[in-house]
Amino acid sequence: MTVPQFFFILFALITLLSGLRCVTTRNLFHAALYLVISLFGVAALFAILEAGFLALAQLIVYVGAIAILIIFAVMLTRGIVQPSGTQLNSQAGLAAVVSGALLFILLRVLPGFNYPATEAAVPADLTTRLGQSLVNEFVLPFEVASVLLLAALVGAIYIARERARVREQAREQKTAGED
Amino acid sequence: MPLSWYLIVAAALFCIGIYGVLARRNSVGILMGVELMLNAVNINLVAFWRYLSPDSTTGQVFALFVLVVAAAEAVVGLALIISVYRDRRSIDAEKIDLLRW
Repeated sequence: MTVPQFFFILFALITLLSGLRCVTTRNLFHAALYLVISLFGVAALFAILEAGFLALAQLIVYVGAIAILIIFAVMLTRGIVQPSGTQLNSQAGLAAVVSGALLFILLRVLPGFNYPATEAAVPADLTTRLGQSLVNEFVLPFEVASVLLLAALVGAIYIARERARVREQAREQKTAGED
Repeated sequence: MPLSWYLIVAAALFCIGIYGVLARRNSVGILMGVELMLNAVNINLVAFWRYLSPDSTTGQVFALFVLVVAAAEAVVGLALIISVYRDRRSIDAEKIDLLRW
């Protein structure tokens, strides 16, 4: 076994096992932490694939931002997270059958394919090329992505703010002032 | 190592994510499953880029856009969950059934 193969198997196992723990553990907070480990393993796989920029972006966006968001959401809704109670719904058995069957089919199909893989090396100035293609070839999707992020930002603030309570408080203050 | 190793890992991660989405009762748990599935897709995209056309940037750009959309999805999803929790004191996906016929 060569060194890259060893690291690939190591990080693939880390990713898959912590992903499995993430969807099966009862404590939702632990599930969020397992999700972080799993996303970290995916970043390591990107690094093995010589996609350095993507590995770093994965670390910053997923491990840095999305994981924190999810942990925040777990903590804000803490009252209903009981580690003792079941976390599975009534269709858990069916879900296991469906995902297991899909995995079985994919594992039967995937190793048999013959992909015309090239042995070409990754160019040294890959990140430069990536940045240039983002503002030349893919400038329209790039701008659409920025608009999407802006819309998600505004939408999230609009959805999550406390409308009713703020209005009630304002009304109470108003009536108190009239008295 | 052959390309199919990456595809097998991505397929396994995708199936784990599907199980999480279908079997979890907690809405935050469902979102975690979605994140796992999106990551599996990204592994596929980057692996195909590396093995089929490493001299172009298309595969990486596509993976980057998946990353952006995943971030937007997580933000809006968690905002919805917090809003629902505030309204109903529960984020159990089986109890959020206002729109169910």
